[in-house]
Amino acid sequence: MIEVVRKGNSRPEMVINMGPQHPSTHGVLRLEVTLDGELVTHVRPHIGYLHRCFEKYAEKMDDYSKVTPYTDRMDYVSAINQEHGYAIAMEKLLSIEVPDRVEHIRVIMAELQRIASHLLAVGTFGLDLGAFTPFLYVFTEREKILDIFEKTSGARLLYNYICVGGLMRDVDEDFKKDTAEFVRTFRPKITELQDLLSYNSIFIKRTANVGILPEKVALNFASSGPVLRGSGVKWDLRKNDPYSIYDRFDFDIPVGKGEVGTLGDCWDRYIVRVHEMEESCKIIEQALESMPDEGDVQQNVPKKIRTKPGEIYSRTESPRGELGYYIISDQSSKPFRLKARTPSFVNLSVLPAISRGSLMSDLVAIIGSIDIVLGEVDR
Amino acid sequence: MTSLETIPVALLALFPLTVILIYALFAIWMERKVAGFIQDRLGPMRVGGWHGWAQSFADLLKLIQKEDIIPTDTSKFLFKFAPFLMFAASYAAFAVIPFSSAYMGSNIDIGVFYILAITSLLTISVIMAGWASNNKWSLLGAMRSAAQMVSYEVPTIMAVLSVIVVAGSLNLMTVTEMQSGNDILGFIPNWLIFQNPFLLVAFVIFFISILAESHRVPFDLPESESELVAGFQTEYSGMRWAMFMLAEYADMLLLSLLGAVLFFGGWNSPFGEFMGGPVWGFIWFMLKGMILVFVMMWIRWTLPRYRVDQLMHLCWSVLIPISFVNFVLIALWEMLF
Amino acid sequence: MSKTTQELFDYLNAAFPEAELLHESAALGDSWVSIPADAWKEIAKFLRDDQQMRFDTMMCLSGIHYPDQNLLAIACHLNASEKGYKLAIKVKVPEDNPVIDSVESVWKTADWHEREAYDMFGIEFKGHPDMRRILCPDDWEGYPLRKDYVPQDSYQGITTKYTEVEESHD
Repeated sequence: MIEVVRKGNSRPEMVINMGPQHPSTHGVLRLEVTLDGELVTHVRPHIGYLHRCFEKYAEKMDDYSKVTPYTDRMDYVSAINQEHGYAIAMEKLLSIEVPDRVEHIRVIMAELQRIASHLLAVGTFGLDLGAFTPFLYVFTEREKILDIFEKTSGARLLYNYICVGGLMRDVDEDFKKDTAEFVRTFRPKITELQDLLSYNSIFIKRTANVGILPEKVALNFASSGPVLRGSGVKWDLRKNDPYSIYDRFDFDIPVGKGEVGTLGDCWDRYIVRVHEMEESCKIIEQALESMPDEGDVQQNVPKKIRTKPGEIYSRTESPRGELGYYIISDQSSKPFRLKARTPSFVNLSVLPAISRGSLMSDLVAIIGSIDIVLGEVDR
Repeated sequence: MTSLETIPVALLALFPLTVILIYALFAIWMERKVAGFIQDRLGPMRVGGWHGWAQSFADLLKLIQKEDIIPTDTSKFLFKFAPFLMFAASYAAFAVIPFSSAYMGSNIDIGVFYILAITSLLTISVIMAGWASNNKWSLLGAMRSAAQMVSYEVPTIMAVLSVIVVAGSLNLMTVTEMQSGNDILGFIPNWLIFQNPFLLVAFVIFFISILAESHRVPFDLPESESELVAGFQTEYSGMRWAMFMLAEYADMLLLSLLGAVLFFGGWNSPFGEFMGGPVWGFIWFMLKGMILVFVMMWIRWTLPRYRVDQLMHLCWSVLIPISFVNFVLIALWEMLF
Repeated sequence: MSKTTQELFDYLNAAFPEAELLHESAALGDSWVSIPADAWKEIAKFLRDDQQMRFDTMMCLSGIHYPDQNLLAIACHLNASEKGYKLAIKVKVPEDNPVIDSVESVWKTADWHEREAYDMFGIEFKGHPDMRRILCPDDWEGYPLRKDYVPQDSYQGITTKYTEVEESHD
């Protein structure tokens, strides 16, 4: 019945197929796992189940601005950050200056989205480990952010809000008040989350010393975002390669310290996300203060953008890490080549290297701590 | 038992079944409500009107209508048999539970021994289901389950033995009867948990172990929906799956009631003779059991899940040594006082 | 202080005088260094290990197809996290023999990115340990991101072509 692989004198191994329909693979990831009892001896990820060939679509669109909705659909839980990255790439390529008000709104939206995305990440991470309740607690908070987005852009998941040269529309009049109110009520919730999940001893047992990603390996695999910072590398594009107006704000880059286990374990990657939410709150507060009240949010960009030949690689810090757009333009009004370097794709490739020798349950924890979105892995 | 002698035995035997079925319907609704309130939401609100009280009936109707899927390449007989064996084992154990001073399925002198023996059948049915499903995930779940249940039987038995040492009988009715009265300091009931300080430790060990035995969080590894996709239940659907569910809830109730008998005076009223008698006894007994069931639910919706090696570590290097030492201490206490 | 691509190119050119390196740019955006395919792996190792460069991460590797010149290319974007340098590199190969040395052993990021370039453009990477398609199914025909790609009519009995409906957007 169930086949067991036995090679030579080695211990019998079982090949088990995790996914594409598995609750803990966060979408349609398929892992071919070789098990020795419950010990994982080898993991082989198979991706592409959600592949839509976004890059081909981008080439076939008849306008640069029509690519924006497609970027939304890559990482569908942090759509604003994807749009933001694309808009910045195009503006760099065309040397467009964006008004201050627009930059402020973009930063506030991007940071709200970062909080929403991290909430989802820590919530589902807890869910993977069997803690159901924190998941619903963080979703309550995420809901409030989505309400702000809905008021502003009209959509709750895929916004199509930030466009090349500006914004689709101005924010509504309550935006400042709503956002400030959210930040005020959200801070205590982080403390609640820390009590309920982060420092729960079973949670620590499950995540500390699991899936250790050493700094050297992380850099060699070009991991980015919380995965890299969890390994103790202070690297955040908002500070190290500032874009938009992030250089004006005062915030820290949280890094993993190996507080409860070894540096670079699942718990470190998790806690970096929690601390990052606090930092995002700081940025939002500062941005709300310095945001100009009046101003046009639509820059004078022609409806149909025409470019000259050129190339740009522009990177921004999405909640999952470095989101790069490599755009090659030609004389026409559509990209000659558009490559999205998505953080989940790169971060996921580290999985086989760090999951060897862990238990089946650890594998679930490791996938959760890497926080992948399959829409972004497969594009 | 005199008052009930006229009722045919067959009807008497059905009494626990009625209790289990009503309890299961109630407990599933309660589980959802408890989960809802813990998670800052309402839980079922629609079916039946008042707070969705008929939700469980709706679920039951849905499950009855479901197609009975038996995957190809399964071991057909074992696959079909496993859920029923599991429920039968849980149900059979209720025979020796003294529901009230007037009703007990079988008043045998080795009641405790019988419960421990018959609940071991649960392990077999889980392995049967996991193996017969011809699914690797189910097999992993079954393996985990077997290891877990066999391991946790040791601390359970040690905790139960501690009680037996104090009570001096394996007959659960006798154990209950000796806990009647409120003699400690004049008002505290004579429940075993109040009689001996080490029995409090024994109760904690017993409670942790029954959490593991009935596959509740944080020890729900055999089912762990986020890792093993429901483990040994993966391939089951419809009523067969419902039998597992029923057996699981019955098992929870059984172990909780056993805990109530062994530590909390069974059907004895906490107020001595006041609100005593067979009918009140039954209500008190179920109430005590349901409180333990509620604590189990409370824990389920609060804690994450242990890992398989940590689970074994907790059992073999923490609970078992403590329970042995505790057993000796209880015996000494009984000798001295 | 961050160095420009020009400075990095000059340094690299001095280290590899015999390789035909080119510093190229277009009307808009960034410039890049063009490296011949046979020198690529050696230079990659140098870029990673040299004390003046220390490009410890490869951010991105993208395939490109230039149909008018009958060329396929990869563009690599490197990042030196210590010194803050960024460098864009292009390696071009002819369309009829698209073979490039794999740099998987230099930067592990290249593992999946090279597989993606193989999947989408049909560029083969010599020395890659696991040269399979990554996003498309293993038995997919053609290389989707090439400019002259024509989708296959059906895949395992499933019709893949859709009939285009003419729509006017304006």
